[in-house]
Amino acid sequence: MLALIRKDLQIEFRTKETLASLLLLGLLTLVVLSFAFDPASELRAEAAPGALWVAVLFAGVLGLNRSFLSERDNDCLQGLLLCPIDRGTIYLAKTIGNFVFMLAAQMVIVPIFVFFFNLPISSALGGVLLSLALGLLGLAAIGTLFAAIAVRTRAREVMLPLLIVPLVVPLFIAGVQVTAHVLAGKPLDTVLHWLNLMGGFDAVFLVVGWLAFEYAVEE
Amino acid sequence: MSGPVVEGRGVGRRFAGVTALRDVDLSVAAGEAVAVFGPNGAGKTTLLRLLATVLRPSAGTLRLFERPLEDGGAQARRRIGLLSHRSFLYPDLTPVENLEFYARMFRVPQAAARVRDLLEQVGLAGWAHRPLRTLSRGMEQRCALARVLLHEPDLLLLDEPFSGLDLDAGTTLSGLLQRERARGSAWLMTTHEIGRAFELCTRALILVRGRLVWDGAINTAQRDQFEERYRTLTHGSDLALSHHAGADP
Repeated sequence: MLALIRKDLQIEFRTKETLASLLLLGLLTLVVLSFAFDPASELRAEAAPGALWVAVLFAGVLGLNRSFLSERDNDCLQGLLLCPIDRGTIYLAKTIGNFVFMLAAQMVIVPIFVFFFNLPISSALGGVLLSLALGLLGLAAIGTLFAAIAVRTRAREVMLPLLIVPLVVPLFIAGVQVTAHVLAGKPLDTVLHWLNLMGGFDAVFLVVGWLAFEYAVEE
Repeated sequence: MSGPVVEGRGVGRRFAGVTALRDVDLSVAAGEAVAVFGPNGAGKTTLLRLLATVLRPSAGTLRLFERPLEDGGAQARRRIGLLSHRSFLYPDLTPVENLEFYARMFRVPQAAARVRDLLEQVGLAGWAHRPLRTLSRGMEQRCALARVLLHEPDLLLLDEPFSGLDLDAGTTLSGLLQRERARGSAWLMTTHEIGRAFELCTRALILVRGRLVWDGAINTAQRDQFEERYRTLTHGSDLALSHHAGADP
């Protein structure tokens, strides 16, 4: 599994294609949304969690769309399937890789989000990062499975969001709720039920992806 | 190994209602070199992909290395090498990086030395550190050959391995295949180049419309008979069976 993750990082380090696209789309979304609200308005602070998670979703789907493109060149996915490892291990390695790329992009996007929306982040930082980590893990778990299916289709750029977005709605609602509560200064234990929902969602879809990946890549 | 490397009984494969392969009985022993002939769409590539465990049979039973494929074939794959039309190599990585990646996946001992040695053997030592996307098709195919041999497979599956190779590379490939056979590897090779097949193989299969219609020994003395039989079995419709100028006697 480590060899697979290392290979994905090596290719990304060389091309910087996925990270650059994730960052660009995430930042553009935040910039556009930040200009939609009056800086003096209270609405701006209330809309901030939604804006952050919209940026996460857009950037995440774009990154996931790219995640199997390198495997499509020269039919490298077949090469992976020929390796003496089970398909579930390939799924977990690709999921971890996608999670790492999305998390790395958020490390840049979150400070800019705080700047644009002028948020009191210091006490809320832990909660925001925890919810982002859980949200990105769930997005990676679902997205990796469906990206493997979508990469074989002609309309993969359209197909992937159509497959993923309806499924991640509960995860993103929970993410928005956690972010909104912690940014409003409420303690983390008031949103434990949302965090539990996100954790449960991640666990379920990691197991489903691990079990179903074999059928997703089979002809 | 005493038993057969490949043993299939009634093997079939369907794709979305289309039968690509049906009712194939096949046994291949260690060290055997088998040429697989057939018109386009006869099921040759499907047969190799089934043996590579990339596809699962829709019908029949398949045993590799005297074991059923209970674990999805993960253990068997450790001993299989598939050379396809596509190289399975990452264009953004160099030949060394590509081979080191596959060496890690197959847990090849002393990987760095093995990679260096193979790149030398396929004539890519001077190109080892350039991104694969900058190499020619023939060079990429040489690198793919190194990938296939990396883990010293006991079963080599070669899908038209000479396509895209220049004369030198073709000679190198022939030499490497003969060395692998001397080591005890079995191989199945699909080809339309009858000269190459008779030069390298001792047995041939003919597939027509997914069925194995002929399976027997070949040697150069009987080549004309074989060609006649092939044309009869395929109703003389196969234009792809070619006489490779460099390989024909």
